Amino acid sequence: MNFVAAIGRLFLLFCAEVGRIAIFMKDALIVGLMPRYYWGQIASQFFRIGYTSLPVVALTAFFTGGALALQIYTGSSAATAGQLVPSIVAIGITRELGPVLAGLMVAGRVGASIAAELGTMKVTEQTDALVTLSTNPLKYLVGPRILAAVISMPLLVAIGDAIGIMGGYVVSTRSLDLNGFSYIKTTADKLHFFDDISSGLIKAAVFGFIIALMGCYHGFNSKGGAQGVGRATTNAVVFSAIMILASNFVLTSLLFGKH
Amino acid sequence: MAPHIELKDVRKSFGTKHVLNGLSLSVEKGKSLVVIGGSGTGKSVMLKCILGILQPDSGSIKIAGEEVTGLKGEARDQFLRRFGMLFQGGALFDSLSVWENVAFGLTQGRRTPKGQAREIAMEKLGLVGLSADVGKLYPAELSGGMQKRVGLARAIAADPEIIFFDEPTTGLDPIMADVINNLIVDCVKRLGATTISITHDMASARKIADQIAMIYKGEIIWQGDAKMIDRSGNAYVDQFILGRAEGPIKMDVLKG
Repeated sequence: MNFVAAIGRLFLLFCAEVGRIAIFMKDALIVGLMPRYYWGQIASQFFRIGYTSLPVVALTAFFTGGALALQIYTGSSAATAGQLVPSIVAIGITRELGPVLAGLMVAGRVGASIAAELGTMKVTEQTDALVTLSTNPLKYLVGPRILAAVISMPLLVAIGDAIGIMGGYVVSTRSLDLNGFSYIKTTADKLHFFDDISSGLIKAAVFGFIIALMGCYHGFNSKGGAQGVGRATTNAVVFSAIMILASNFVLTSLLFGKH
Repeated sequence: MAPHIELKDVRKSFGTKHVLNGLSLSVEKGKSLVVIGGSGTGKSVMLKCILGILQPDSGSIKIAGEEVTGLKGEARDQFLRRFGMLFQGGALFDSLSVWENVAFGLTQGRRTPKGQAREIAMEKLGLVGLSADVGKLYPAELSGGMQKRVGLARAIAADPEIIFFDEPTTGLDPIMADVINNLIVDCVKRLGATTISITHDMASARKIADQIAMIYKGEIIWQGDAKMIDRSGNAYVDQFILGRAEGPIKMDVLKG
């Protein structure tokens, strides 16, 4: 009986958490993203979330493209490799791996730092101090982070796509002895702007929203001292990672599923 | 004349924990009320309810005769512009320099031009005894006493009509505590502001209070002139101001 009670309690906790996140999201959208805008904050968050994540996203994309090329080469025959490797690398990177891996990397980097920063501000009463200085924390802290993440993630993924394809190209031409010119030509032929590239960019924007929202939500709800902030950081990363993977499935089925 | 700040029967619970149990108090315009009471008796929650950071479950909070619970949007922004607050830990923004902290309510909250806000910030830093050089430093580079001073300068920067002080002397040595007390008295007199301070430092309470109120278990159990504190005739107040372990107030040494 205790076992059933424990499951029931977990389920109730889960429902309560989903409800709190939904309410926070509503507040973030109708208060945080409405005027007035703190342009200085938006610019500095854009720099922090977007620009400083570039190396991580670029490296991830490069190695993923390379590894993908090796695996597809192993699975194809000598006759088909020239066609299969570039097209599957390009489609795999732009549709799935580019946005998802960039999302997970940025969640680990930026989601964690947002949660830690806002969590510390919360426990040291800096968020309350904002209120007493007639500044709404949702507009000053949450809005700029969400805007910056939603704008910078597609840009990061677009750059990551190009670098991932380049990774596949480098491995294919250097160690698999595929023809470089036909690799590029096949990639250009097989890659479609809407189906492949922009679907990945749409995903990236959604993932950016999830990362910033989870970072802010867990940061704002951290309690206690250092330990509370630590827990908030972990939760922000875990929640974003799971929501990224789940929403990726939903988005893929919406964008590419059988209609 | 209606009291400047008036709380009537304010209640606030967190889950099953009742923090404010029908708290009522009032402060006249331009007066300084010090609320004393032990840790965990609801002092901070009371201030947060007045500011609307926390929503009381029931009861009424009036500022200059106007009901302020549940204010939203622009009305709330207008309302908050009348307040300044000095936080217990200073709560300075660590990503901003000292003068930007002091000017924050002006530049962000009221959109004062930056140059003008900077001048006002430097002037307020002067009032709390800090030189202009300190303005360029960051909060992490300051001692606890200096952070409190900066916090005070920030609280008074926009010349608010109501100022809250949350344990202004906690964590300071007795001399620095007295310096802060003097600054509070000076600044408040200069502005003519109405203030509520919460503290458990009796020396500080005697120095800055016109009136003293004692909070116990989420209720005001005594309120009177600061001069009357030693003749309150209230066993709880006597135990608190004399700092005795024995008396009607039982400390929960172990958390139940």
